[in-house]
Amino acid sequence: MRIFEQLKRSFAITKKDLSIYYLKGSVIIQGLLIPAFVFISFILKREMSLDMMIPGLLGMALFFAVSAITPVITPWETRMRTFERLVSSPVYLWAIILGDIMASVLFGLFVVSFIVLAGIILLGVEIISFPLIFGTIIAAFCFSSLGTLISAPPADKPSDIMLIASIIKFPLIFISGVFIPITEMGVLKILSFFSPLTYYTDLARYSIQGTSYFSPVVDLLVLSVFTIFLFVIAVKWHEKSLDKRF
Amino acid sequence: MENIIKAERLKKNYSSFNAVNGISFAVKKGEIFGLLGPNGAGKTTTIRMLTGILKPTEGEVHIGKYNIQKESMEARQIMGIVPEMADAYIDLSAIRNLLLTGELYGIEKEKSIKKAENLLKMFHLYEKRNQKVKTFSKGMKQRLILAMALMNDADILFLDEPTSGLDVESVRLIRDLIRKFNQEGVTIFLTTHNIKEADLLCDRVAIMNYGKIMAIDRPEMLKSVIKKTSSVEVAFKNLVEEKVFNFKEIIEVKKMGDKFQLYGNKMEDIILFLINHSQKTNNEIISLKILEPSLEDIFVKLTQKNENF
Repeated sequence: MRIFEQLKRSFAITKKDLSIYYLKGSVIIQGLLIPAFVFISFILKREMSLDMMIPGLLGMALFFAVSAITPVITPWETRMRTFERLVSSPVYLWAIILGDIMASVLFGLFVVSFIVLAGIILLGVEIISFPLIFGTIIAAFCFSSLGTLISAPPADKPSDIMLIASIIKFPLIFISGVFIPITEMGVLKILSFFSPLTYYTDLARYSIQGTSYFSPVVDLLVLSVFTIFLFVIAVKWHEKSLDKRF
Repeated sequence: MENIIKAERLKKNYSSFNAVNGISFAVKKGEIFGLLGPNGAGKTTTIRMLTGILKPTEGEVHIGKYNIQKESMEARQIMGIVPEMADAYIDLSAIRNLLLTGELYGIEKEKSIKKAENLLKMFHLYEKRNQKVKTFSKGMKQRLILAMALMNDADILFLDEPTSGLDVESVRLIRDLIRKFNQEGVTIFLTTHNIKEADLLCDRVAIMNYGKIMAIDRPEMLKSVIKKTSSVEVAFKNLVEEKVFNFKEIIEVKKMGDKFQLYGNKMEDIILFLINHSQKTNNEIISLKILEPSLEDIFVKLTQKNENF
């Protein structure tokens, strides 16, 4: 009952985040355009088949959409003096963080659904499968948890956190088999195992190409472990930094 | 009357800096209790520990029957909080801010809407209920934040500098509403550096400086402690110099514009001395007032005393 009540309050934060940060024309357009442009700039003049391209685009779009705003919500609200009110209300910190995560997950799923639809309608790629739907939801939670973890240092300048986010997010894209399949990465392949994006891209490849580096079960399992790990660490770090935030 | 807030040996250290240094006090149910002190005295850190936002380094806080560290959610459920310089969500409307607060406190939707509308009327914001808060003035925002703190029918209201930097109209409205809610049984805990506000509103005040409580009592009782050092304010028709107040009963002279404030123990003797001086020098007294000690005098006395430690 108590958890259910906390989840309800968490969803109130989700609704607040959606209306303040996500449901804005500019944010939606950026959520679609940035991954598309970054992706196109990297695949131009490279021979890449559609079924190789779409999983990478899917992974990048989800990763960008979900982790774009979560890192800046806490520093922004600290700066705007709304965060203190939020943490003084009868809502656990984990529920506040979960509320932020759920908002970005919903936004990420919305963005990805566009790419899936475009893939199906325009390119005739067969995408939809149960592991991919399930994996997309878990991956969205996972990437968003990474976003909230990035926002844990007690900064009140969103620009400081954006810098940290860029330092972490961009290298992850290059080591996660988005542009180059894991099998062709040589020794750098080992690095890719530490990125949750690797497992989501791999799962997407399996759903479209029918082949993948890991089995879909391994991909789903590792993504789930990453999600729990990143969420727990994010909550713990936020709890620790709360004293220094005000 | 039972204690509704109880702080015991409360301490907060930030590395080597002691923000709050082992303070203990209790607030009775139905009181307006003021925590008064200069900037940096430790008032905000104290209120943050009382409301469970910060964990104390040492000590305990009880809110009603709840220990804030162990039962923080239950304790927060009976509190309303207005943090210092807090803001509402500026991209949401006034009513949406209130309804969000209602959801965070687990209030049923219908009850929440009714409560929000009543509060908006009470705080003179009903006409602007659907406007985004970014269009509000500072005073309107502060009224809204206070209304948000009242959404859950709190037993205790924590107000950190509630009228700081506001226009006169908003200050008056907020003070009147603080009194109104107190009369309805809400305990008010407020921090302020505005001595007049503490004097006007509070049943009891604690004077805090350097993380310690220097004195705690009713404002009038605190004033009576230094009553023996009352003062006389005098102004002569022709300007005089400070040295003319060389009289054994005058222990301190302060120049206040074209007037002088004379401190001493025997007011009658000081007044006689002034009349004599006026007659002797043929310099008419144009103003003469006996001043009772203000809360400010106590505040200055106590905070200066601490600085000399």
